[in-house]
Amino acid sequence: MATLQDFKTSEKSWWCPGCGDFGVLAAMQKALVAVGAEPSTTAIVAGIGCSGKLGNYINSYNIHVTHGRTLPAAMGIKLANRDLLVLAAGGDGDAYAIGMGHFMHALRRNVNVTYIVMDNHVYGLTKGQASPTSESGFQTKTTPNGSIDRPVHPLMLAVSGGATFVAQGFSSWQPQLARLIQQGIEHPGFALINVISPCVTYNKVNTYDWYKKTLVNLDDDSTYDAHTRSTALARLDATEELVTGLIYQEESVPYEDQVPGFRNTALVNQDWQVDDKTWNTIMASLE
Amino acid sequence: MVAWKIGGEQGEGIDSTGDVLSTVLSRMGYFVYGYKLFSSRIKGGHTTYKVRIASRPVEAATEVSDILVALNQETINQHAFELNGGLLLADSAFHPVMPDRVSATLVTLPLTQIAKTHGSVVMRNMVSVGASVALLNLSPDPFLDYVEAKFSRKGASIVTANQEAVMDGYNRVRDEYAGISQLTLGRPVTGDRLVLTGNDALALGAIAGGCRLMCGYPITPATDIMEALSKWLPLVGGTVVQMEDELASMSACIGAGYAGVRAMTATSGPGFSLMQEGLGLAGMAEIPVVVVDTQRSGPSTGMPTKQEQSDLMAMINGGHGDGPRVVLAPSSLEESFEDGWQAFNVADQLQTPVVIATDLSLALWSQSIDRDKLDGPRVAIERGPLVSADELGQRGQEVFHRYAITNDGISPRTLPGTINGQYLATGVEHQPSGKVSEDPTNRARMMEKRLAKLALIHSLRQSIKWEGPQNPDLVLLAIGSTVGAIREAQSVLLGEGHSVAISWLRTLSPFPIEEFTKRVAGAGHVLVVEQNATAQLAQLMRAQGVWDAHRFDSLLKYDGVQFFPSEIVDGAHPFLATYAEVQ
Repeated sequence: MATLQDFKTSEKSWWCPGCGDFGVLAAMQKALVAVGAEPSTTAIVAGIGCSGKLGNYINSYNIHVTHGRTLPAAMGIKLANRDLLVLAAGGDGDAYAIGMGHFMHALRRNVNVTYIVMDNHVYGLTKGQASPTSESGFQTKTTPNGSIDRPVHPLMLAVSGGATFVAQGFSSWQPQLARLIQQGIEHPGFALINVISPCVTYNKVNTYDWYKKTLVNLDDDSTYDAHTRSTALARLDATEELVTGLIYQEESVPYEDQVPGFRNTALVNQDWQVDDKTWNTIMASLE
Repeated sequence: MVAWKIGGEQGEGIDSTGDVLSTVLSRMGYFVYGYKLFSSRIKGGHTTYKVRIASRPVEAATEVSDILVALNQETINQHAFELNGGLLLADSAFHPVMPDRVSATLVTLPLTQIAKTHGSVVMRNMVSVGASVALLNLSPDPFLDYVEAKFSRKGASIVTANQEAVMDGYNRVRDEYAGISQLTLGRPVTGDRLVLTGNDALALGAIAGGCRLMCGYPITPATDIMEALSKWLPLVGGTVVQMEDELASMSACIGAGYAGVRAMTATSGPGFSLMQEGLGLAGMAEIPVVVVDTQRSGPSTGMPTKQEQSDLMAMINGGHGDGPRVVLAPSSLEESFEDGWQAFNVADQLQTPVVIATDLSLALWSQSIDRDKLDGPRVAIERGPLVSADELGQRGQEVFHRYAITNDGISPRTLPGTINGQYLATGVEHQPSGKVSEDPTNRARMMEKRLAKLALIHSLRQSIKWEGPQNPDLVLLAIGSTVGAIREAQSVLLGEGHSVAISWLRTLSPFPIEEFTKRVAGAGHVLVVEQNATAQLAQLMRAQGVWDAHRFDSLLKYDGVQFFPSEIVDGAHPFLATYAEVQ
């Protein structure tokens, strides 16, 4: 059994001291240990931005892709080798700006991939510009008079877009976050865990203290039903998505279990030499 | 050699008429080359289907026709001038009018009316086939056999109705226009052949080469590859995924390549532009992936259904940075099949993206091919250097060095799942361990490693092909579908007594400098024939330092119509004339 230590690397972090991403990394490592994962059979896809550096700090098979393209790459890995545990991680820009198209289609495709979005409502690595989740009026160097755009609501988009698992955590609330990531990994399909991961350098509005005062923990509400889409949407709308916990989950059969002709043996472990019988069948279709 | 053409409205059965004729003629032992004029719309609009038929291989278009089947007046107005004394078979339903100055023999038959008597206007294709068979002075029997096999599942009455439609068209020509056609096809050549497109052949190659995942986004003229693989991949345990765009298609293939599975995408110009960022990542992180670019007329949307070879610069140098990649160029069905499987070996062996440069005419037009040239089960699958968990254990390294510096630039890789083989693959500059680094010495070494390994391609395959005399007065040089046209032009020029060879590039990048220089050293003149406006192949040769301005010239065409051999013959004459004077 792998331990927390097994999922760590010797690389020194480039994140700012106090960055929420440390909490996300720690919770991911805890969740991987909790589900009994091994570094050699775990593949993590990271995007571009502060969040994209994650792969440097977690011992597993890591691929750091182009901006916004984590989800199609993660799908490619999972379809190539369904024995791997596949996670994708990116920031709010990676997920909901440049990668928004892929996000919506990953939801409806439902490949068994766990997607962790490190959401800080601001662009950090480019040194402080508005992000798609920035609130209207948010002042940055590119929005000196305050952002006019309305913010994206990723959780409502996910629930209405066909997601089978939607959760939100807070990097400071470790036990809940680790548990949500674990549940996401165990969910047989695409799982979105949006994580509030404050930027201590460029976001002076949505701070740790602000979130601690504002976030509502769904774990404290025993009446909340996370298995009804309309209930989830109503709660997200009423709270402006300022909630943590499991928001929505439904019965799910992952994409790879529905592909006609797909076998249980991972594609990468199959013999690719085509046999005469199959070849003749293929050639006959061209007659 | 006979050229047969049919024209009418798109969606009126033009394609099925041409397909039936090509398929049966091929089975009878004739070589066919079938190509179309079509537009980017679903129904309506003028369309034609032309089939060249011969008792030797055909792989080029021609501007003349021996038989024109016209289902409307527009076909006559647009194409009758191709008939240099040939036969014009027209449906009397539209009261055909022969334009002035057209030299042709008019054969009118009530094609639509005959079709209706057999049940439906749809059967006009069978009536047209029957009438065409009579004009070709062939026996209708093989066509009747074909109809029986094709429609047997639909019941005896359907078979009979279609056979009668064929025979009615056939007999009406024989009875009413006896002796009108002097056309002969010559002696058929026995052989076991199929009629395929380049897209078909490439997709077959991919299956044989171990491709098990195709992620794509539909685009003309690449879509057939995706559709063929959608049928075939499930038979071998693989699958096609229709992605949301070409960015996703490319990224998904990179993910699969990283995980060790052979994955491909197929696109055309507009999609290829979107794939540039992914090609950069695959090059930087040394991930095998195969991309097919079936070029069409650009830039932007350009002319989606028209021929061009104008993505060469994008394929070789596109994207930001000095991205390492290999570009292969098939020019025939055999080479489309070969590159279809070999691209995956090359990608694995060189750990780099491989682009297959085809073009619309090669991708879409149907040709005869000997079945034994497509021996999928005997294709060799070469994985390139992989490291197993046992080997890692023996090394006792604490951290696996995925990007270790080696003599040939190729670093053995682990596949995810290999114990203790974990590493970071990243588009950020990195050290041998995969850890990111901006150290100048490391940067230079890594750039050199990624670029140096590409030269190995020339040891894996022959990158230049040559046919004809070794030291000719003139070499016609081309790529892609244009090779078929220069070959036909060469045979005309040889017939005129000229000394002409043809040559074509099988690998565009890295450019086979030494092989090329040696090959053309003894040639008088080199005429580079390509389908784009900016002479991209010639530019490439200039950049590689192999262009000799005294001996090299360009012949370009960029109107969307594929080269006719006659245009190349005309383009070659001035150079050959100069030669004759000198001698």
